Amino acid sequence: MKHGKYPLIVTFLVPPLLLYGIFVISPYLQAFQISTTDWLGYSAEANPVGLANFERLLDDERVWNALKNNAWLLAVVPVVTIALGLFFASMLAMGGRKGRAGVTGVRGTSFYRMVYFFPQVLSVVIIALLWREVYHPNSGLLNGALGALGLPTPTWLGDPRTAFWCVLAVMIWSNVGFYVVLFGAAMSAIPRDIYEAVMLDGASRWTTLRKVTIPLLWDTVQVAWIYLAIAALDGFILIQQMTNGGPNFSSDVIGLRMYETAFGSENRFGYASAIGVVLFFLTLSVAVLALRAARRDRIEFS
Amino acid sequence: MNRRDILRRTAAAGLLATPAAGLLAGCATGGGGDKDDSGTYKGTKSEQNPLGVKEDAPLEVVIFNGGFGEEYAKAHEAMYTEKYPKAKINHSATQEINKTLQPRFVDGTPPDVVNNSGAGQIDFNGLVSQNAIADLGELLAAPSLDIPGKTVKDTLLPGAVEVGSYDGKFLVLNYTYTAYGIWHSTKLFTERNWEYAKTWDDHIALCKQIKAAGIAPWTYAGKHPRYMSWPLIATAIKFGGPSVATAIDNLEPNAWKSDAMKAAADAWHQIVKDKYILDGSPGLDHVQSQTAWCQGKAAFISCGSWLESEQKKVTPEGFNMTIQPTPSLGAGDKLPFEAIRGTAGEPFMVPAKAKNLAGGLEYFRIMLSKKGAQDFTKKVSSLTVVAGSTEGVELPFGLSTVTKALDASGSNGFNWVYNNYYRKLERELVDAACGEFFSGRIGPAEFLEQCQKGADSIAQDSSIKKYKRAA
Repeated sequence: MKHGKYPLIVTFLVPPLLLYGIFVISPYLQAFQISTTDWLGYSAEANPVGLANFERLLDDERVWNALKNNAWLLAVVPVVTIALGLFFASMLAMGGRKGRAGVTGVRGTSFYRMVYFFPQVLSVVIIALLWREVYHPNSGLLNGALGALGLPTPTWLGDPRTAFWCVLAVMIWSNVGFYVVLFGAAMSAIPRDIYEAVMLDGASRWTTLRKVTIPLLWDTVQVAWIYLAIAALDGFILIQQMTNGGPNFSSDVIGLRMYETAFGSENRFGYASAIGVVLFFLTLSVAVLALRAARRDRIEFS
Repeated sequence: MNRRDILRRTAAAGLLATPAAGLLAGCATGGGGDKDDSGTYKGTKSEQNPLGVKEDAPLEVVIFNGGFGEEYAKAHEAMYTEKYPKAKINHSATQEINKTLQPRFVDGTPPDVVNNSGAGQIDFNGLVSQNAIADLGELLAAPSLDIPGKTVKDTLLPGAVEVGSYDGKFLVLNYTYTAYGIWHSTKLFTERNWEYAKTWDDHIALCKQIKAAGIAPWTYAGKHPRYMSWPLIATAIKFGGPSVATAIDNLEPNAWKSDAMKAAADAWHQIVKDKYILDGSPGLDHVQSQTAWCQGKAAFISCGSWLESEQKKVTPEGFNMTIQPTPSLGAGDKLPFEAIRGTAGEPFMVPAKAKNLAGGLEYFRIMLSKKGAQDFTKKVSSLTVVAGSTEGVELPFGLSTVTKALDASGSNGFNWVYNNYYRKLERELVDAACGEFFSGRIGPAEFLEQCQKGADSIAQDSSIKKYKRAA
């Protein structure tokens, strides 16, 4: 067996590594190179301009405006999504009390679990279209309900004060379901007897969540944190489909800025690549920071 | 390795993979380079074959599969093969012109004919500055295919050549002829006994009347508010003459803050101030606002002559949409009320590195023949740049009002092209300013200030190639 080990490993590892190298690593490296040129995208001609694109980035107010919105996404989306995800998952896994012995979820757990997962099944573009109609100022679901209650009916996506937050809400809505399932799966790995012991000691649900569930789930929460932080630096599809950055750039994000620069209203691929490079380092540092900040001792129970 | 390790490792992989989407812009620049001319197809020029088409050379045509579909192009291609039976035509249609064709431009092997249109259009400023488009001058000088005694140029409507010209070179064939104006439903207006107003004061009075009748006078595409820049700029041009447009196109200092633009912005501010716009319009996109208009929730909408075919499915029977020019500001207007913005649209080009360049030009000659143009108008209910090509074709109601409006406008017709020169200026900067202005968040002075700031940022950007046009 032993002497057959390396050929086997090599056969399994080389093709994926090769594909990864060609389709992921090499475009990255090339993007770094393109970001130092004035390439316009439709000829093979590109003149090196050094770091001019990056200098330009520094005083591009649109880029800063987009980054500001990404910062908001980064501050709000992961926290709210993880909080909601944890809350729902723990209610589904151990929220039921009803005086019976044993740990059960609230009534209708399987139904809720399915409903929460719905948005995950839909493609992001469908979600965007769906919510665009929900936010329709005159015939949308939301304003229909508000109007029926006699409340004011804002223009939502048409108003710079609300547009960005409307999209942010959709982003959270579409993400929560996945984290409910992720946390739910992790919770099912926690031994039941711990919970039974906690219940015997008379802990409330809140204490159980805070003192038992979250510490035992910390690794999973950390993973969720990184995923959501990366997603918050993106947000491109929802924004592009729902508001296209408007009104008056109020919901612009860095991904959309890059897209517009390369494929939208201009075709400055060199400059767009520079934005991409900046985004790359931002994402990388956010992820590393998230990993560092969330580092704790792992609790083993097996 | 337990499940959490796997999760952790997936996260690490995700870390590396996600920004890959972010770096989409990093497509390959390699390959291609300058290939010599030896691969191109050339035939011998003769009276029958003025462009020197090689009769058995294959021709590749890429069509934008949008509102017009692709059937009309297949008909043109059939006419080409009728003339050159040995030529094999490679037809394809896509909605994503830029993403589909970018690698081929970089590689130096672009198709022979490209219908560069739609949301995925390749920015012309970039293409022109990279010398990626072939000069169509030879086509203009060639004799028309079926209008005897005339060159192709002679058969085109006024303005068709100017729109596709950059620094005096005719590079882009804009095939359709589009009028931009204010639309209303004849049915609604006859029922209510309203009449389209020819002056701005009367227009405001009419808006008051319409609002009193429980209908919103106006709606617009709040997500693409640039649609409202069209009637506003048109009002200014009619007030101050075509030089208003030339100044804007040439990025002259303070062109957006000219007296004519000020007068027009002040006038249009009235419909915002007096709340003559359908509530919620700032949150509608073009389809939603046009649909609200078709449902009779609003009386006026600003659009180009493609409106009728775009709204075909939701327009009620007998709605009879009619296009009208923008109202005159007063007796002092330099252009009469009838003057309307007419321009050639739907751009086609032959890439400079096309293998069958002559074939591409010949394909355009077929499109611009009377037969080709009539067939197009019949198939897609749209006018072409070929003069008189609607003869003998029965037009739908809305389009017939477009031809009438264009006839009435005649030599007073006007146009602007800054949106072709600097796509970003209209699509992003003026668009955002219009959104603020027509939702009432800023006044006329701030609106013009914001537009001017946008124009200045383009003017000062040395990396954008500038174009000038004569008055």
